[in-house]
Amino acid sequence: MNRLSAEDVTLAYDQRVIAEQLSVEIPDNSFTVIVGPNACGKSTLLRALSRMLRPSSGRVLLDGQVIQSMPAKKVARTLGLLPQSSIAPDGITVGDLVGRGRYPHQGLLRQWSSEDERIVRESMASTGVAELADRLVDELSGGQRQRVWIAMALAQQTPLLLLDEPTTYLDIQHQIDVLDLCAELHEEQGRTLVAVLHDLNHAARYATHLIALRDGSVVAEGAPRDIVTAGLVEEVFGLRCQVIEDPETGTPLVVPAARRARTGSGIAAATATAGVGKD
Amino acid sequence: MKTPHNQAERGPASATGRPFRGRTVRTGAGLSVRVDVRALTVVALLLVAALAASVVLIGTGDFPIPASDVLSTLLGNGDAGQEFIVNELRLPRVLVGLLVGAALGLGGALFQAISRNPLGSPDVLGLGQGATAGALVVIVLFSGDAAAVTSGALAGGLVTGFAIYALAWKRGVHGYRLVLVGIGVSAVVTAVNGYLITKADFVDAARAVVWMTGSLNGRGWEQVWPLLCLSAVLVPLVLGNARELRMLEMGDDTAYALGVRVERTRLLLMAAAVLLTATATAAAGPVGFVALTAPQLARRLTRSPGPNLVPAMCMGATLLVVADWASQRAFGADQLPVGAVTGVLGGVYLLGLLVTERRAGRI
Repeated sequence: MNRLSAEDVTLAYDQRVIAEQLSVEIPDNSFTVIVGPNACGKSTLLRALSRMLRPSSGRVLLDGQVIQSMPAKKVARTLGLLPQSSIAPDGITVGDLVGRGRYPHQGLLRQWSSEDERIVRESMASTGVAELADRLVDELSGGQRQRVWIAMALAQQTPLLLLDEPTTYLDIQHQIDVLDLCAELHEEQGRTLVAVLHDLNHAARYATHLIALRDGSVVAEGAPRDIVTAGLVEEVFGLRCQVIEDPETGTPLVVPAARRARTGSGIAAATATAGVGKD
Repeated sequence: MKTPHNQAERGPASATGRPFRGRTVRTGAGLSVRVDVRALTVVALLLVAALAASVVLIGTGDFPIPASDVLSTLLGNGDAGQEFIVNELRLPRVLVGLLVGAALGLGGALFQAISRNPLGSPDVLGLGQGATAGALVVIVLFSGDAAAVTSGALAGGLVTGFAIYALAWKRGVHGYRLVLVGIGVSAVVTAVNGYLITKADFVDAARAVVWMTGSLNGRGWEQVWPLLCLSAVLVPLVLGNARELRMLEMGDDTAYALGVRVERTRLLLMAAAVLLTATATAAAGPVGFVALTAPQLARRLTRSPGPNLVPAMCMGATLLVVADWASQRAFGADQLPVGAVTGVLGGVYLLGLLVTERRAGRI
């Protein structure tokens, strides 16, 4: 049995239902990527998996226990999350910010053990921000800052790490940079990663397990090579395309059809799926 | 609001600067405590300043007493006359000042940290006005005595705090929503207060206006004890949750991810902040702007990220006692209530804050 799963969850904000009777398994030791059009519920699903959103029915299980019933700090020692937006306090150094990731392991009398310091230094080293340790977070570039937040999540030392659109707002080289880092964490440190990504090609290249969502239900899941086809992309995103082999990695590469080749119906379908609500 | 000193202390990019603030004390038994040396120094200096100002303030008045006599009297070696003036008349007033200042400073620091906004302090949110409304109802409608006015102010502050919480909280807080709701509540309550004053007869109106300015005149031991008891409970409770509050600063999601029980912590700390502010206001009237300025000034001094709770508390106490001394010194005892002094100073500070916030693009 896998460590993290959602069983028949219904996810809703107030009265607005995003997903009903949704079941998802996160395979252990996978790099799972959740994709889907805007408003398909992918971020909502991630919020539910990280116990930030309580399902209105069904349950999210972590190590066989209902996640909401577990002590908050215990969950935080097993499952980390990099949210879409975090606020760096004014005047904080990189080292101190990454150090805050140790919170679930600390207490009133155990505020900063030598182990904490060692793990924080390791986290900074493995995300390549060790040289920035004494810099102020306010002064960093967007790409550096995202690495710092990832370092903080790493310092939490959780076997499971959830990332909500970690590449948004980054330049292409920083996007690849962050994804490479994720792949490294997955391959070398053996962590289970779950990420929400916008870019289908990034997802197909980096994921070992892909979950395609549309309107709150799973359309397909499995290894990108097995499931990413022109038919799936059309079904999920309403986009006509070709799927070719990525010349670099051999993974599926989605090439949207030229504008003239796409009929009005394709565009209409895409707009229809885009405007449903917020994800 | 950058802290330029860090740039000066920092060497070139690869220098062995200090990535972690403060020092760590570790014992063999696995205990480890982090001490922010600079913040600790600031706290110590502020305490010394508050005590010195208190001694001077006790010596100030129609019957001046030199500082040395004040000290010996406090230690129990004064003559009977000085003992009466110091222990019965002036010491309780100064203690009320210290406690009210500390409570306002702490309450302000909590509100600003919870709203993640320097403007999110009780002054702007209308808690002071709420307490005033409670007091005015008692004064104008019931002609109640001092104790009843105090209870009225306390109730008014608590009701206002609850109203702001109920109106502003919808699936977690957004800093500006709290501030905007607070400004709205504040406007409504101010209107109610104005109406109550117009309804009052001359004597009640005069009493109400004095109360509304915020003053330490005639405060005695009966104001000290409730403040002291409440602080004894709330301060440890708040400080025990300081680490959670620090995590909350980074956003609800991040705090959740780190294992903080976000809503519970916020509700607890907000309730504590409302209680502290309401009790302080009930004791001294709505002393303006201490809650707004003290946390920010403390932060400038410690240059430490985070809510700076203890420094804000000490800064509030120092500010209030110094302001009380200044008002007595400049205008004579019983002339200018301390709230007028803090109001003028704080108003200027608020303008400065608005200008810098605007420049930083946050408004």
